[in-house]
Amino acid sequence: MKKRFLGGLLLCLPVLSVSAESKVAEHILGNGLKVLVKEDHRSPVVVSQVWYKVGSSYEPGGITGLSHMLEHMMFKGTDKHPAGEFSRIIAENGGDENAFTGSDYTAYFQTMAASKLPVSFELEADRMRGLHLIADELKKEREVVTEERRMRTDDNPQAKLNEHFMALAYSNSPYKNPIIGWPADIANYSVEDLQAWYQRWYAPNNATLVVVGDVQPKAVFELAEKYFGQLKPSEIKPIKPQTEVEQLGVRKMTIKLPAKLPYLVLGYKVPSLTNVEQEWEAYALEVLAGVLDGGGSARLSSRLVRGKQLAVSAGAGYNLTSRLPTLFELEATPAEGKTVWELESALKNEISELQTDLISPEELQRIKAQVLASAVYERDSNFYQAMQLGTLETVGLGWKKVDEYVDKVNKVTAQQVRDVARKYLLDDHLSVAYLEPQPIKDGKTAPAALPTNGPQR
Amino acid sequence: MRIRIIGLMLLAFSQTVWSAAKIENWQTPQGSRVYYVHTEGLPMVDIQVAFDAGSARDDYQFGLASLTSSLLDTGAGQWNADDIAQRFESVGASFGTGISRDMAWVSLRTLTDKPLFDKALDTAQAILAKPSFNQADFDREKNRTLAGLKQEEESPGELAGIAFFNTLYGDHPYAHPTDGTIVTVSGFSVDDLRNFYRKYYVASNAIVVIVGDLSKQQAEQTAEKLLKDLPVGQKPAPIPDVPALQKSSQQHIEFPSAQTHVLVGLPGSFRKDPDYFSLYVGNHILGGGGLVSKLFDEVREKRGLAYGASSSFAPLAKPGPFIVSLQTRNDQTTQALQVVHQTLNDYINNGPTEAELTAAKQNITGGFAMRFDTNKELVSYVAMIGFYDMPLDYLDKFQQNVEQVTVASIKDAFKRRVKPELLQTVTVGQAAGKSGK
Repeated sequence: MKKRFLGGLLLCLPVLSVSAESKVAEHILGNGLKVLVKEDHRSPVVVSQVWYKVGSSYEPGGITGLSHMLEHMMFKGTDKHPAGEFSRIIAENGGDENAFTGSDYTAYFQTMAASKLPVSFELEADRMRGLHLIADELKKEREVVTEERRMRTDDNPQAKLNEHFMALAYSNSPYKNPIIGWPADIANYSVEDLQAWYQRWYAPNNATLVVVGDVQPKAVFELAEKYFGQLKPSEIKPIKPQTEVEQLGVRKMTIKLPAKLPYLVLGYKVPSLTNVEQEWEAYALEVLAGVLDGGGSARLSSRLVRGKQLAVSAGAGYNLTSRLPTLFELEATPAEGKTVWELESALKNEISELQTDLISPEELQRIKAQVLASAVYERDSNFYQAMQLGTLETVGLGWKKVDEYVDKVNKVTAQQVRDVARKYLLDDHLSVAYLEPQPIKDGKTAPAALPTNGPQR
Repeated sequence: MRIRIIGLMLLAFSQTVWSAAKIENWQTPQGSRVYYVHTEGLPMVDIQVAFDAGSARDDYQFGLASLTSSLLDTGAGQWNADDIAQRFESVGASFGTGISRDMAWVSLRTLTDKPLFDKALDTAQAILAKPSFNQADFDREKNRTLAGLKQEEESPGELAGIAFFNTLYGDHPYAHPTDGTIVTVSGFSVDDLRNFYRKYYVASNAIVVIVGDLSKQQAEQTAEKLLKDLPVGQKPAPIPDVPALQKSSQQHIEFPSAQTHVLVGLPGSFRKDPDYFSLYVGNHILGGGGLVSKLFDEVREKRGLAYGASSSFAPLAKPGPFIVSLQTRNDQTTQALQVVHQTLNDYINNGPTEAELTAAKQNITGGFAMRFDTNKELVSYVAMIGFYDMPLDYLDKFQQNVEQVTVASIKDAFKRRVKPELLQTVTVGQAAGKSGK
């Protein structure tokens, strides 16, 4: 769930006026549903997304993954439309649809011809309050989710390492649990669990409706009123904070799995924009991520992959917009003949250097150029624009942060980058996980994996 | 705006012709075809230069096209890899290279503001015309490729895909994995890459695609500049025909995974296939329709056997694969395969119902504008049209072609093209009897 706002900014270029011109219209219905509309008339299409303020970080132990399970069940019928009908109607209307669950949100979307927006609204409004949970459907869908887990996590060594790594890095923050849930929890959800979760979180006053495309805000607001206006709000009780306790020393783990390549992840506890003391610190961490991993000229590629050739791949990531304090992560795969220990030490040297020396003006300029260009490129995609608005609103930052982003990154100085490196990238707040590959048994695979039709050189 | 969509979104059976994207087309002095679409609204442009230099041109040096492509931006003219990355990224441009079985390409996305654009374009031009192919860069990129190939061996999905293509295509150049094999890549020298580059990265083997906010004159200058230092060279001979399969086969690869990956298929459709639209619309109903299709319904919705279950035709210059794929818990593999074969056989014998066909057409034509509502999607459509020399009105006629498909044409096309007695099946996982982890 690493979210990367690609970094960047050029000074005073004509494009600035273009990127600033995008306007979002906001309207809140009487029942508390917030509606955001952004016009883009390049093509006669629209994306509509409903975002709920619930995700895996809202889940207590024993029912991890329930938000994701509920997302699946949202396609399984309402009092009005039986299972499967939602998707069938959207498809017949030329639409494309799906849903996704994260730590901090659950969202549903349709992309349609702009004239078909009422079809999407009618169906989304219906399932916001009218879901009909059926035991038999849950039984089948639980199997689907279990297969999803096997595919995404169980049969993927790096994904599995990441799952264990999060459980190591966090002591009591709900970010320690996988979005898809632990296997034993998935196996034991009941209809009652889902019903209670649905009742608790699915209400207009806990949702944001984001519409981007060839539409007029006023017409969308009227349409939203027509379809969603009648829905009853709920009393949404705030969740407990589950504030992560302070980490008191480095944590390390080894994961042994059938695999071919070793792999390494490091994570430092850091705040996000949502919970940072001073806003600029979060933007400075964002720039710091760009210094290390903002393209082929960034330090990890230039120094570790090319220069010292310690890694075949290396990356850094920071989730600026997580709801709770997060991790600044580094990950890398060693080059042949190099070890995870050598690579770990090289990565930590990069961190030390950021704590000692100022980054160069060229690096800062490069990141700012990338942020500015990205602000233009992002507007090529309605879907991405809607994602940004929905995310910011749902984690509690408010969608207006979208418009501040370029400016705030532009204000970050080299000193600030060094300051946050010194303040947050501390050994005592570090967790490390190593993947130690085990032989892949039953390994009659090799011959088949290497087709040998034709002569070899 | 835009991708110039004129007129209203059509209701299902309308035959009104409307212009989807105005593609202009000309040749550079050295004979490269240029395809240009003017879009407004955003000060950006997407450029692609594509060569007939995909992995089908590897000969027996599997992976040569791929490694050649990876080396391009690691040194060119007077610049090393750091300089090149720095030049693009300092102006917010993104540059990439890649290959498929048929095609090798370089792509550039940049702002159109002149100083930024010029710097990005100069860099791309040097990469195309004067790549260095240094020994040190070669050694490093080769090692990275080998690491990637090794890593594929920990993924049952990758292993299944490799075995599947191998089974479908035998000795044909589509058979081997696009990135090659550990054995073949280990044997490359930097001269092999230089020779591959010299032979295939030539003007007569190139097309240029430009989509964005450039005037026609700017587009002409851009295309000419990008390719001006490439020799004219020669277009390679067409890729050989895909040999006909003689019988069906079933191959199992034992792997310690929780799921078994299942692939079923045969060489399917090609780009200028007269049956293409019948196969495409037919497949949409069978397994191409996302959350609504027969396979999705039978495998996932009714039985909960898999997270994903789908089918697709992936047309290439010569018949690309028709693939049915799913992943399921090891001990359910036999059941899932039965469901796939049952669904497929029923469909080949009976075809879709009129109602299913109508619904599929409504989905495809109703969602037509969404296929290229971004520059990014449009550039890949135009590159496909240009590379495969499809009619320039391909997008304009797309809906009409979809509307003309009938239940009878789908039945007829599937009967002739998807013969159950020729289906190849690959499974990778733990054979029945062993439980998942």
